[in-house]
Amino acid sequence: MEFFKRIKSFISSNPKLFPLISIIIGLVSGGIVLLLAGYNPFQAYGVILWGIFGKVSYLSYTIVKATPLILTGLSITFAFRTGLFNIGSEGQFIMGTIVAAIFGSMFSMPIYLHIPFILIMTIAITGLFGAVIGFLKARFGVHEVITSIMMNWIALYLRNYFVRVSWLAKPNSEQTKFIFDSAVITFFDKFKMSNEGIEWLRHHPFCKELLRAPTNAGILIAIVAVIVVFLILNKTTLGYRLKAVGFNPDAAKYGGINVNKSFVTSMFIAGSLSGLAGALQVMAVSHNISILSVMEGYGFDGIAVALIGGSTALGNLWAGIFFGALKYGGTKLQPMMGAPFEIINIMIGVIVFFVAMPKVIPYLISLFDKKGEKNAK
Amino acid sequence: MERNSVAIEMRNATKIFGSFVANDKINLKVMKGEIHAILGENGAGKSTLMNMLYGLYSLTSGSILVEGVEKKFKSPSDAIACGIGMVHQHFMLIKPFTITQNIILGSEVTKRYGILDYHKAKEKIVELSQKYRLNIDPDAKINQISVGMQQRVEILKALYRDANTLILDEPTAVLTPQEITELGKIMKSLTAEGKSIIFISHKLKEIKELADKCTVVRKGKVIDTIDVANASIQEMATMMVGRPVILNVDKGEKPQEEIPLLEIKNLCVRNEKNLLAVDHLNLTAYKGEILGLAGIDGNGQTEFVQALTGLMPTESGQILINNEDITGCSPKEVNVHGIGHIPSDRQKHGLVLEYSVQDNTILQSYNSGLYSKKCILQKNVIKDHAKKLIESFDIRPTDENKAARDLSGGNQQKVILAREIDSSPDLLIACQPTRGLDVGAIEYIQKSLIEHKKAGKTILLVSLELDEVMNLSDRIAVIHSGKIVGIVDGDKCDRNQIGLMMSGGC
Amino acid sequence: MLSNIALIIGTTFMYATPLIYCALAGVVSEKSGVVNIGLEGMMTIGAFIGAACGVYMGDPFLAFLFAGIAGGLMGLLHALACVSFSADQVVSGVAINFLGPGLALFLSRLMFHGATTTPSVTLSDKMPRILSGVFPGKSFLYYIFDNMYATTYIALLLVVITWFVLNKTVLGLRLCAVGEHPAAAQTVGINVLKIRYWSVVTSGILSGFGGASLSLAIVSNFRPTLVSGQGFIALAAVIFGKWKPFGALWACLLFGFAQALVIFLGQYHQLNLPTDLLNMLPYVLTIVILVYFVGKSVAPSADGVPFEKEQKI
Repeated sequence: MEFFKRIKSFISSNPKLFPLISIIIGLVSGGIVLLLAGYNPFQAYGVILWGIFGKVSYLSYTIVKATPLILTGLSITFAFRTGLFNIGSEGQFIMGTIVAAIFGSMFSMPIYLHIPFILIMTIAITGLFGAVIGFLKARFGVHEVITSIMMNWIALYLRNYFVRVSWLAKPNSEQTKFIFDSAVITFFDKFKMSNEGIEWLRHHPFCKELLRAPTNAGILIAIVAVIVVFLILNKTTLGYRLKAVGFNPDAAKYGGINVNKSFVTSMFIAGSLSGLAGALQVMAVSHNISILSVMEGYGFDGIAVALIGGSTALGNLWAGIFFGALKYGGTKLQPMMGAPFEIINIMIGVIVFFVAMPKVIPYLISLFDKKGEKNAK
Repeated sequence: MERNSVAIEMRNATKIFGSFVANDKINLKVMKGEIHAILGENGAGKSTLMNMLYGLYSLTSGSILVEGVEKKFKSPSDAIACGIGMVHQHFMLIKPFTITQNIILGSEVTKRYGILDYHKAKEKIVELSQKYRLNIDPDAKINQISVGMQQRVEILKALYRDANTLILDEPTAVLTPQEITELGKIMKSLTAEGKSIIFISHKLKEIKELADKCTVVRKGKVIDTIDVANASIQEMATMMVGRPVILNVDKGEKPQEEIPLLEIKNLCVRNEKNLLAVDHLNLTAYKGEILGLAGIDGNGQTEFVQALTGLMPTESGQILINNEDITGCSPKEVNVHGIGHIPSDRQKHGLVLEYSVQDNTILQSYNSGLYSKKCILQKNVIKDHAKKLIESFDIRPTDENKAARDLSGGNQQKVILAREIDSSPDLLIACQPTRGLDVGAIEYIQKSLIEHKKAGKTILLVSLELDEVMNLSDRIAVIHSGKIVGIVDGDKCDRNQIGLMMSGGC
Repeated sequence: MLSNIALIIGTTFMYATPLIYCALAGVVSEKSGVVNIGLEGMMTIGAFIGAACGVYMGDPFLAFLFAGIAGGLMGLLHALACVSFSADQVVSGVAINFLGPGLALFLSRLMFHGATTTPSVTLSDKMPRILSGVFPGKSFLYYIFDNMYATTYIALLLVVITWFVLNKTVLGLRLCAVGEHPAAAQTVGINVLKIRYWSVVTSGILSGFGGASLSLAIVSNFRPTLVSGQGFIALAAVIFGKWKPFGALWACLLFGFAQALVIFLGQYHQLNLPTDLLNMLPYVLTIVILVYFVGKSVAPSADGVPFEKEQKI
C-alpha cells in the first residue's frame, strides 16, 4: 500500500508524466472498446506490438511512417509556442508534395544539388504559404484556425490542378510524372529493383528486410529539424521572442517585441516544416503525386503528435515515432484478427482528450484514494 | 425597527485553499443599521471572508448566522435569498448588456414559458432608483456609463434582490472624492432604512469617516473589533499592519531648476473605439521631479501612457524627450531613448508569467549586445545579472529560475521595478505601481521611486489612488476627458480641489 | 435563365443545410463560453448514426433523432473535459475530431461487415421532400423547392428558435451572461457549469443533426469522405456571422451559394474553367470575406476561458 501511495504522490507532483499516463489510459480505453466489440484486447495489443517489432521490415516501415508525423508535429509545436494553432499543417504538407513533384520531375541535376535544391525550394514556398496565415492574422486579425482550414482546401485543389496540367501529368492517368532519380532519397531505390540487387539481397536477409520498406534518408532530415527547432526555441533570441509572444503577447509588445512580425516569422517556419514533411514523402515514398479527394491526415495527425509530445521539440520526436508505430502496427489488426483499424484513431483521440485536461489525472488519483479508504474501512 | 439586533454573524469561519489558510477562525458580528468596516491589508483575507459570506466560497469550517439562524450557503443564490448582497471590487457587470439586463440577471421577471418581461423589470428598477436617488437609466449599456454609475448599478442590483445586508468590497478605489461623498450619502440612506453595510477597505481615512464599527483582519485572523469613533487613524494603521507605520512619506526635495525633460505638445490619441481619448494634451515634466497624473479611470490615462511608450499610434501632436522627437516611435525605440515603464497591469503587460525571473529581466534587452551574441542568448551573463538584481531589490524567493507566476504580487512588482530602474531611464513612467500590494511592498516601491528621483531622474506617476499621487508627487497634473485641466503644487494642494478638477468641474 | 437562378438557389440551400446546423451548434456553444472545434467529429458521428439507423429502422425522423443523440453524447464528452476539468477547449475539440470519425468508422466496420461505407438508405426511407410536386413543373418555385428536403426546413426553423431563445428568454440571457462574464453570472446565483454543460450538449445534438442531414438527405449513406471539413467551415461561419444565429445563417448560405456557383459554372464546359481552381472559390471567398469583415466582429468575452467555481477572483 505504502508503495502505491508513493507512486501516486510521485505522479501527482510530476505533471510531466501526465502525457505518459494519458497514453496508458488511451491504450487501455482502446482495449475496452475492443473488448466491448467482442475482440480479445490482449491479442490486439499483441498484434500491434508484433506489427511494430515483429520483423526488421516492420521497424523500417514504422520509421518511414513516423518521419512525416515528426515534422508536421514539429510544425504545429513551433507555431503553438508562438501562441498559434496551425491546423494548416495539412495544407502546407500538400504544398510540399506539389513543390517536390514539380521540381523533382521538371529537370535532372546531380543528386548533391538536386536534393538540397528541392528542400530549399520547399522551405521557401511552403514557408510563404504558411506565412500567409500569420500575415492574415497580424494584418487583419483573422483567426488562424479559420484561415488554416481554408488554406488546406486551397492547397488540396491546387494539387489536383497541378496533377492535371499537361506539362506535369503522366498521360492517361490521375498522377504526375515520376521525379528524377537525382531527387529520390529512398535508400538503394534503383539497386533494390535491379537484378543484381535482388540477387545480393537474397544472400543478405537482414538488409533485404531492412530495405523492404521505402527506407529513406527522411528520418535523418527530421532529426536535424528536431535539433534545429530545439536550438531555436531554447538558445536563441528568436526563440525568446517567439515564446514571449506565445505566452503573453501583451507583455511581449510592451517589451518592444514586434508581435505581428513574430506571427509571420513563426508561421513561415511552421509552414516550411510541414512542407518538408510533404516533400520528403514524395522524394522518399511516392515519387509522384496523384489526385486527392480528401485530406490524407498527416497534418491532423501532427496535431496529436504535438500535443502528446508536450509541445517540445524532443517530445515531438518520441511522440511522432509512437504515433507512427501505432499507425503502422494498427494496420495489422484488420488482416490478423478482423478488428477495425480505426481503433487506433479512437486510442489517439482518448490520449489527446486526456492530454487536454491535465486536471483530470490528479482527480482520478484522488478517486482511487477515496475508494481505497472505503475499502479499508 | 430593532436597531440592536444582530443582522449577520460569522463564527469561527475558516477557509483553507490547499495548504494556505486564508481565513482562520474569524468571528464577526454585524448589527442592523450599522456600517461595519473590515480593515486589512491587501492579501489579509478580507475578500475571502466576504466571498464565503456571499456563498461564492464554501466554508472549510465554522458557521454563518443570519438574524440568529444558522445558514448554509451553497451558492450566491442562497446568500441572496437570505438578504445578502455584494458589490465586488471589480464590478460584476456584463459590458454589452443593458443596465436592466444586468440587474435582473439571475432574478428575471418572466411572462409565460420563460420569456423575459423587460417592461415590468424596468418599472421596479426605476422605482428603486428614485427611492434611493441613484439616477439610473435602465436602458443604457454598461460600456457607455461611468465607473461611479456602474457602482450604483451594482448597489441597485443588490437592492433589487431585497438585500438587507450589503457588502461593499473596496468601493472607493475607483471614485473621486466627490463621488465618495455621494456614496457616503447613499450608504447613510440605506442604513436609515435599517439595512446593514459591510464595508471592506484598507483606507483608514474613509473608514474613520463612514463606518460605525471596524473589524481589523491581519494574515487571515481577526485582531480586534473596535468602535471607530474611539480610535485614531494611527492606532488603526498599527493594528492593520502589526507594527507602527509611517503614514506620510518623505518625498525629498523638489528639483532646484525647472529643466524640461519630457515635453508633450497638442497630443491627440484615438482609442480602440476610434474616439479621441487624448485630446490636445500639453504637459511638461522637469528633470528630477515626480510628476503625478491624477484622474478618474477612463479619462485617457491609459491611451496617454500607451502613446507615450509607443504601444499606441498617435493621431497628432508631438512628444519630445531631451529635445528629441519620439512621436510614433516603436516601444523598442522609446525604450532606447531612455524611457522606462512600469505598466499598470503587471501580469498582463509587465511580465511573461511563464518565463523565469531571469528571462523576465531581459524582456526589452534580450537582443542587445549585452545578453546575446549573434542571435544566441548568453545565458550565463543573463543569470549573473538576474542574481544581482534579485539581491539588490530583495526579490524573494532568491531563485532566478523560478517562474514569475510563482512569485507574490509584491515580488512580481519588484522584478519589474528592478528591470526598469536597472536601465537607469531618464524618465520612468510608473502606472499604479503599488496596486494590490501589502504595506511592506508599497513602502519599498515608493522608497525606490523616490531614490530614483533623488538620482536626478524624472518619474511620471500615473495613479488612480489620489492619496498616492499626493504623497509622492512634487507637482500634480489632473487629467479629465483626455486634457490636462490643471497642474497644482504637490505640497500645497487641496484634496477637494483636485477632486473637483478630476470630475471636470473647474 | 430564371430556372438557372432557381436551381442555384435550390442548390445553395442544399449545401448550406448541414452547415446551418453546425454553425448554430457553434453559436450555442461559444455564446456560453466554450469553443467547439469538435463540430467536425460530432457531425461525423451524427452522419454515421443517422445512416445506420436509417438503414435499420427505416424511419428518417427517428434516425435523425438518434443522430442528434449521438452528437449530444460527443458534446457531453467535450463538456466533461471543458467544463468539469477546465480542459484546453481547442485540444479537447481536436480529440473529439479523432474520436468522432474513429468511432463512426469502427462501428461501421462492426455493423456492416468490415465496410466503411454504409449501405444506402432506401429512397422511401430518406428525408421526405415536403414540397415535392406542389409547384407546377419547370416553374421558378419548382426548381427551388421541389428538391428540398425536410431537413432544410428544420434547419431554418432552428435558426429562428435559437435566435428567440438567445434573445428573448431567461435561458438565453443567462447563457450569454455566462459566456461574457462567468464570474458575474455566478455572483447572481447562476450555475455557470450547468449552463455550459447544457450548451455544449445542445451543440453536440445540433452537430449530430447536421451530420444526419448529409447522410439522410443530400446523399443516402455514410462514407469516410462525407463530412470532410464541413464542421470547420461551419466554424468559420460562426465567426463570420458574429456569433449570431441569423448571422451564421447568412454565412452558411453564402458558402452554399459559392458551392452552387461552382457546380453551375462547372456545367459549362465551353467556359473552359479548370474545375480544380473553381473548387477553391468557396474557400478563397471565405478568406476574403473574413479579411474584410472580421475586424468588426467580437467574440463573447469569456469564449474559450475555463471557469472554476472557487477560483480566486
